[in-house]
Amino acid sequence: MNGLCFWLNGKELCYDGSAGDRLLDVLRDKYDLKSVKCGCKEGECGACAVLIDGVLMNACCVAMGAVEGHEVLTVEGYRETERFKVLSKAFADLSAVQCGFCIPGMVLAAEALLRVKPHPTEEEVRRALSGNICRCTGYNAIVNAVLNAAKEGDGLW
Amino acid sequence: MKEISRSIKKKDHDNKIEGRSVYVDDYPLTASGKRILCGKLIHAAYAKARVLSVTLPPLPEGYTYVDRNDVPGDNNVNIVLDDTPVFCRETVEYIGEPIGMLVGPEEAVVDELLAGVKVEYDQIEPMLDLRNGTEAFFDYHFGHGDVDRAFAEADKVYEEEFLTGYQDQTYLEPQGMMAEPEEDGRMFVHGSLQCPYYVHGAVARALGTGPEGVHILQDVTGGGFGGKEDFPSILGCQVAVAAHKTGQPVRCVYNRREDLEFTPKRHPSLCRYKLAVKDGRVTALEADVRFDAGAYSTLSAVVLQRGIIAAPGIYHIPNVRVTGKAIKTNTVPCGAYRGFGAPQTFFAIEMMMNHVAQDLGVDSITFKQQHFAKQGDMTSTQGRYHFPVPIPAMLDEVDALCALRRKHQAYSLPQTGRFRRGIGFSAIFHGAGFTGSGERDIIKATAKLRKYADGTVEVLASNGDIGQGVRTTFPKIVSHELNLPLEKVRYEHPDTARVPDSGPTVASRSLMTVGELLRRAAIRLRDIWQDGVEQEVEEHYKEPDFVIPFYLDRFEGDAYPTYAWSVSAVEVEVDTYTGRVQILGAYGSFDVGTPVDENIVLGQMEGGFLQGLGYASIEKMQYDEKGRIRNNSFTDYLVPTAMDVPKLIARLHVEEYPDGPYGAKGAGELPLVGPPPAYLEAVEMALGGMKRHRLNRIPYSAEDVILELNKEVP
Repeated sequence: MNGLCFWLNGKELCYDGSAGDRLLDVLRDKYDLKSVKCGCKEGECGACAVLIDGVLMNACCVAMGAVEGHEVLTVEGYRETERFKVLSKAFADLSAVQCGFCIPGMVLAAEALLRVKPHPTEEEVRRALSGNICRCTGYNAIVNAVLNAAKEGDGLW
Repeated sequence: MKEISRSIKKKDHDNKIEGRSVYVDDYPLTASGKRILCGKLIHAAYAKARVLSVTLPPLPEGYTYVDRNDVPGDNNVNIVLDDTPVFCRETVEYIGEPIGMLVGPEEAVVDELLAGVKVEYDQIEPMLDLRNGTEAFFDYHFGHGDVDRAFAEADKVYEEEFLTGYQDQTYLEPQGMMAEPEEDGRMFVHGSLQCPYYVHGAVARALGTGPEGVHILQDVTGGGFGGKEDFPSILGCQVAVAAHKTGQPVRCVYNRREDLEFTPKRHPSLCRYKLAVKDGRVTALEADVRFDAGAYSTLSAVVLQRGIIAAPGIYHIPNVRVTGKAIKTNTVPCGAYRGFGAPQTFFAIEMMMNHVAQDLGVDSITFKQQHFAKQGDMTSTQGRYHFPVPIPAMLDEVDALCALRRKHQAYSLPQTGRFRRGIGFSAIFHGAGFTGSGERDIIKATAKLRKYADGTVEVLASNGDIGQGVRTTFPKIVSHELNLPLEKVRYEHPDTARVPDSGPTVASRSLMTVGELLRRAAIRLRDIWQDGVEQEVEEHYKEPDFVIPFYLDRFEGDAYPTYAWSVSAVEVEVDTYTGRVQILGAYGSFDVGTPVDENIVLGQMEGGFLQGLGYASIEKMQYDEKGRIRNNSFTDYLVPTAMDVPKLIARLHVEEYPDGPYGAKGAGELPLVGPPPAYLEAVEMALGGMKRHRLNRIPYSAEDVILELNKEVP
């Protein structure tokens, strides 16, 4: 196979564009994964956060060459999981989604935390979400939703 | 708790959290499968200059340049006045003003072409001074009582100046609009916006088509906070003109730097306040309020009106004289932001009252309490507080949350050591709905319900969900009255081709005003309900009978039918070595009437509270001596993260409003207004109080603390 091969939402793909292309642009424009939002394109807001080998990364600051051989997960893949369903319900129960623009990144930030720390403290949740800006909620509902999901989803992480 | 207040799952929850919602930048193609051209703006490089020439690089086939010569109708965007151009006239009036737009299929090519555009300017000296600016777009005066006599008879007269800075709305989704020429000749414009009918009027005029020639849809919108009230009309006209010229769909989405630097934000302000005190009571206020409007008037008239009406705060002051000016400067036009002029004047009066109390040797909580307005008292515009003023009870609630009174006295005593504490408090109102007679005379809202033969009901209104939840709360009201399951009532994103004009999504009015129209419509539909047929019910706004008519020329009458109220307290610890201010706790009691969904209202209160704390502390944005805003990225303009205020507690206090649905009042803007003076009072207290460090401006950052401490006389 030619190009830069990597796993995207569980499927192996080979990207034949430039190694310098921005992961954010490629995910949105080539693979039509529109859950990945562009909020600043400078690595500051977290709206384009994805998981690369389970680690939270801002897709705007990742070149395609760097994902070769790695696993990229966006909400389009993650939403099929049980873990997502628990998080989604916890967010819904507290009406933690307002404008929604930060939410896909926020959910992946929660996943990145819970997979290494299934029972986090509130402070740990706040730290884990601190790279994702939300301008709507004041964060309480989101933080509490993640804490509730950790309880409800006991054993999933 | 009322049944209607019980929280339900938001209707847009699944689509948003699953990443399926389509924001304007997410359309790969148009709905009919056409390719979308990318439009990018050429922004002026100088604050004031004559544009002598624009020289373009050779444009490849399929790439087009658009400017004012391509506007088929009127190159003026109607907002309040008509002074804002679609594309610049002979001169540019601020850095970033759109000169023209480059349009073409490939974004990378458009970017390259943009870098090759040469604009020749003849520079003119810009006006960049709010304090000394003489050109006022608006100049208002009002008052009551005998102010001169009160000052002449005063025991003591206090004078002080207060300054507030820019604040950017910083919705997470930047501004973006798209225009598509349709086969029937109409222009379809859609995007991230709050007010479909504002955009409708503006685009129809720019294209010269009349109202039937265009229709406007609100796409899923990633936050607004006022920032998408006026600006989408301008950007909507620009993409519509480009689509008209090329005959193809055109989309323009701002990047974050453009958005921070070149789109409207909260007006910086300079307030000069003068208070007369006799026998320990405030007898007169003279307030001189100046707002930095920027280069065009946009929404400054209405922002200034709300600001100056709130000049005396929630205090009953018998003699009042207020002047307000919106000063023209050669900077980006300021516009709407949650609070809409009131945060600036509430900051001034709250700090002024704190300082007078300290000078009199009285605790400021007690001093303020002696002046709280009560039900039946006259407002600043000689209207009435028609309904109970629940502030004393709310103050007790906040006191119970954080021991406000005890800490307020304890922290006022001299402190030593590196870490010192303070607690501040504020009490404010937010006038519910439009200022004055706007709702009755200008907006004249109409809302409809359409019942289909299958028994489902659709809400037809023009208020957009920008995160505040109207896609959920409007159907919730209707399903409640019709006793229908919520899934049988829907509210789609408004398209002006399908919905009546129920007014803009602004002024904390949607739920209170339009929600009430829908409640009444639902009751009528229930009365005439017939199974198996399509039925429609329409309701029109009617001003409540108790309202004292408002006259804008004299600023007399009820500026608002009712008020939402809040009491905020902020406790801080200041590190006198590093200047760092840690917010130990932020506590608020909010009266927005009956919550039509408790979680949604709490989400509004908490989100607004945090924005207010950001405004007071870290959100610093300024222009330099050339008129350029330097804080145009998230590296240089900081907004609060999940770690900045870990303890933020909002409580609801319910004082029902009989003319709002189930007793609901305006909610969205209220929570932002109170926190800034509470924060600054806390910082000032931690630094030893007014006699050591008199603070009078926001934002107040760690750097400001250090600069202030360095002034300390050893």
